[in-house]
Amino acid sequence: MFKRLSQCVREYKKPTFLTLFFIVLEVVLEVFIPSITADLINTLQQGSADMPTLLQKGGLLVLMALASLACGGIAGYTSAKASAGFAKNVRHDVFEKVQTYSFESIDKFSSSSLVTRMTTDITNLQMSYMMLIRVAVRAPLMFVFAIIMAFVKGGFLAMAFVVVIPILVFGLFTISRFAMPAFRRVFRKYDRLNESIEENVRGMRVVKGFSREEYEKEKFADASDNIRRDFTYAERIVALNNPLMNICLYANMVFVLYIGSKLIVTGDAAFGVGQIQMMLTYGMQILMSLMMISMIYVMFTMSAESIKRIYEVLTEESTLTSPENARTALDDGSIEFKNVNFKYSAAAEKHALSDVNLRIESGMTVGVLGGTGSGKTTFVQLIPRLYDVTEGELLVGGHNVREYDLDTLRSSVAMVLQKNLLFSGTIRENLKWGNENATDEEIVEACRLAQAHDFVMSFPDGYDTYIEQGGTNVSGGQKQRLCIARALLAKPKILVLDDSTSAVDTKTDMLIRRGFKAFIPETTKIIIAQRVASIEDADLILVMDNGKIVASGKHNDLLDSCDIYREVYTQQVRGGEENE
Amino acid sequence: MNKQAKNKAPEMPHKRKINFKALGRVVKMLYHAYPVLVPLTVFCILFSAAVAAIPGVFIQKILAAIELALKNQTPWVDAAKDILPNIITLIVLYSLSLISTTIFNQLGAYITQGFLSKMRCAMFDGMQNLPIRYFDTNKHGDIMSRYTNDIDTLRQLISQSLPSLISSSAVVITVLFVMLYFSVWMTLVVLLGVFAMILVSKKVGGGSAKYFIRQQKAVGKTEGFIQEMMNGQKVIKVFCHEKEAQKDFDAINEELYRDSSRANAYANMLGPIIMNIGNILYVLAAIIGGVFILTPGFENISLSMKPFSVAILIPFLSMTKQFTGQVNQFSQQINSIIMGLAGASRVFELMDEAPEADDGYVKLVNAKIDDEGNITETEERTGVWAWKHPHGDGTTTYTRLMGDVRLVDVDFGYTEEKTVLHNVSVFAEPGQKVAFVGATGAGKTTITNLLNRFYDIADGKIRYDGININKIKKSDLRRSLGIVLQDTNLFTGSVMENIRYGRLDATDDECIAAAKLAGADDFITRLPHGYKTELTNNGANLSQGQRQLIAIARAAVADPPVMILDEATSSIDTRTEAIVQRGMDKLMEGRTVFVIAHRLSTIMNSDVIMVLENGRIIERGNHDKLIAEKGTYYRLYTGAFELE
Repeated sequence: MFKRLSQCVREYKKPTFLTLFFIVLEVVLEVFIPSITADLINTLQQGSADMPTLLQKGGLLVLMALASLACGGIAGYTSAKASAGFAKNVRHDVFEKVQTYSFESIDKFSSSSLVTRMTTDITNLQMSYMMLIRVAVRAPLMFVFAIIMAFVKGGFLAMAFVVVIPILVFGLFTISRFAMPAFRRVFRKYDRLNESIEENVRGMRVVKGFSREEYEKEKFADASDNIRRDFTYAERIVALNNPLMNICLYANMVFVLYIGSKLIVTGDAAFGVGQIQMMLTYGMQILMSLMMISMIYVMFTMSAESIKRIYEVLTEESTLTSPENARTALDDGSIEFKNVNFKYSAAAEKHALSDVNLRIESGMTVGVLGGTGSGKTTFVQLIPRLYDVTEGELLVGGHNVREYDLDTLRSSVAMVLQKNLLFSGTIRENLKWGNENATDEEIVEACRLAQAHDFVMSFPDGYDTYIEQGGTNVSGGQKQRLCIARALLAKPKILVLDDSTSAVDTKTDMLIRRGFKAFIPETTKIIIAQRVASIEDADLILVMDNGKIVASGKHNDLLDSCDIYREVYTQQVRGGEENE
Repeated sequence: MNKQAKNKAPEMPHKRKINFKALGRVVKMLYHAYPVLVPLTVFCILFSAAVAAIPGVFIQKILAAIELALKNQTPWVDAAKDILPNIITLIVLYSLSLISTTIFNQLGAYITQGFLSKMRCAMFDGMQNLPIRYFDTNKHGDIMSRYTNDIDTLRQLISQSLPSLISSSAVVITVLFVMLYFSVWMTLVVLLGVFAMILVSKKVGGGSAKYFIRQQKAVGKTEGFIQEMMNGQKVIKVFCHEKEAQKDFDAINEELYRDSSRANAYANMLGPIIMNIGNILYVLAAIIGGVFILTPGFENISLSMKPFSVAILIPFLSMTKQFTGQVNQFSQQINSIIMGLAGASRVFELMDEAPEADDGYVKLVNAKIDDEGNITETEERTGVWAWKHPHGDGTTTYTRLMGDVRLVDVDFGYTEEKTVLHNVSVFAEPGQKVAFVGATGAGKTTITNLLNRFYDIADGKIRYDGININKIKKSDLRRSLGIVLQDTNLFTGSVMENIRYGRLDATDDECIAAAKLAGADDFITRLPHGYKTELTNNGANLSQGQRQLIAIARAAVADPPVMILDEATSSIDTRTEAIVQRGMDKLMEGRTVFVIAHRLSTIMNSDVIMVLENGRIIERGNHDKLIAEKGTYYRLYTGAFELE
């Protein structure tokens, strides 16, 4: 797991190593400062010292402090650069990976979860990385160096650490062992509480409509109190850190003061008052670095979740890849399904499509009708190989779809998805998604065919009108027509409209279909629709139910032979044309 | 009128100033919440801070004793007599400090969480009482961030910043006095150094704040881009647009990297800078102290009146460290205090919003009707409802709830400048089905908003069973109106619980019956755990159509005499709708129903159809009449006209 992520460091190896280098330097300086300070104090204490020695030692100390400042400052800068760069690379890799995803993987992760992974999780990772190269190196190093210095320079006075350190390590470990699961539990509950608040904010009309304000308040008070109890428990465990730390610090101080003064007075050791001060500082450094280590430990276990989630995205392999020596052109727009079965995941019990046998000739117009969940969308999504068939064979242009280069196949099979989406940018930019090199004439032509040209021209900025994120400033019907134009610009061999004219009025709908017939006769057109009127003049109509094609034929045949078709037709005719 | 809410990080406070008003309010609320524990905690903090600062005095005494012993060549046994009492005093002081630290840490955790829970509940209770207008005009993400980000900064404020501020100030003041006790001159030297530290930290801290704000903006931009791309990922694939998307992303990503690395660089550098200025100050103090000692005839000014000596200089030096350390801590806390108070004031803002006013006094009660038609109030659920209307003269009349709703010459606008409904009159007799047809923004939903008083009319009148709806208690009015909206909102919980939301005392059987009526039973029983299936995230595992069916069942179980169906079946496909239609017809039987639908098939059999345009009713009548008129409705019906 860490191997894959460490590959993301790339060009930021240099600042990373620089950080490590300067941190090590800084630690060394910091560890030597107390010892030299002790000399300085001893010089003062002996009173024998003259000004030159004092200035010499003092000057050395100032130099060391300045050097330590420089090291710390540089390390601060390089570590920020390294971690932000690392995060940038991870984000780049994740985004790049997602671009290779098959529809299956996109469904598996869901777009909102991908967004969280690319934002919150990577931010956590960035912070952890910075901690790693700054503190995770610094703290253990400081710990080791300070202990060495304490024993070398302090001799017997360092014995206090032999007792104090194990106690502190054990204490910190025990505290975090109890605190971590408690925190994890509380954070989960906290998330749920926030979700329920969000539900309330969003559903306030329902809450008020049913006069459920008091009920919601009670429910919330319960949940909030529940969290308060758990949170208090967790925080109280962590709050034990402070007294524990202080006990160790104080014990060390008392020991050093008492034993130290005894040693000095009896003249047993060759040190003075300065060493007492020094040992107190080392004590502080050692205990603080232990505290840091336990903090890092907690933080890493907390961010392990984020790391895992990012790793999942990075290692998800798309099952759909272009073969070697792939075909780079489609001969025609014919489609053939041979005994096709399909399910979305191997674990699914039911096939989403079963026993599909069908041949569609190039240039045909095919209508597909069926209720929600009948498998219409699944059916068309197999054609540009957005999913692979589970069993059977699917031929497009006379060859198995697996033989084609994916880009070739997908640019030859233009899909207008059910969930119409325009991106923020001008109308022209959006249309050029279909064909980057489209000329203005081609754009206008496609828009005329999709019945979009007139309303585009009615906007003050015409084709340069800016579309807001989510396309909120054009109406549903206009959005659908722009999406159709976008697909037409790709000059596809096969055009698939997945319920793409539902918000377009019947008259315009008819004009669009008439245009298809007249101007792109060679293109195979597959139209999924809710209203019979949109497909009744198709060359072939497929009626789908429960993942199967239950009937196929022309309008009049189906009226006679297919109950479902007749039912829908009569209902719509009885109800007049629908309008949505 | 549900405005799409976007999640957005709250704006960083622009002015870096402490909001004292909010601080005062937080402190006051804390005190009121825990009138005994809060002062006790503050006392413990002060006590342990003071105790932590005092040992310097005793260390000085010990060192002085050592110095004396060394000078006089006193044996250890005698010197110990001077030293030991000081050590014991130290142990006592440390023990006291430990006890008080433990107490304040434990109490702090208890108080913080208790207080936060209280704040959350107060905020939530306040929110429940706010008018719908608030939710229509505020971004949902913004409301949410008060519960998440702002409460979090508040937690930081109460559990860490405030205690640490109190503690640091106490230590600083105590240490300052101890320093003055030893030497005024040296104290001045230290204060000068501290002044320099504050200057530097302000400078560097300012730079870091500037870039953090930029980073925040870059994060927002990146998130927005990622969100758009991830939502459109399938479109990207279909158009083989991966490379372009990657290119755009990399540009934004680079920008984020630059701001983020700058912001963090400043923040990272602050620590070493401050610490080493402390170190340098330490050395300077040592040298200056040395100069004082070595200068013959140097006159020390101090509270203790002691002459300057090494025994003073050494503890003084460690106090210098302590002092600068605390100043450093203080300067770091200032930032989170500013942030915390900004969060607190946003929390208060929500709590202080004016609640929805309700002057209604007419109540909805269960009733019994005897053979003579007299209505009496009763406790049990009879299925018969009546309006209990107390009058000014002390009498009370009962009016049977029938579902007769009349709007007369109603004008309304969401804001005063713009009227969206003009002169709207609608008469709905009990049991009638009234339909509204019209383009988006024509005012259909607005009319239903007025019926349940989510908004109040500007002019005209609305009568419910002859009673002015302003006189009816809002909760009772809404209880009598069932609504099913286009945007279905389900709550986390089982399917059964969601249906029961309509009437909390409904039995399981009643809920299932309602689901059957709505045509939802079929798919619910096929869910993995049937009615016990847990719904999360607004029923994300269900299709939009299935969600609508549950919402219809929820309204059915409430069994209200009047129903509002606002695009209730818009996401159900035609075939399923045909199945649901029977249930819907049954559901509408004997009720006054207001229907809004795009699909004309849904409303054709209405008793009255109103065609709305720009807030006015331009056509009214039943289907046959409107078809015969060959107006807008006719054109809609024949498909010559597109509704948006």
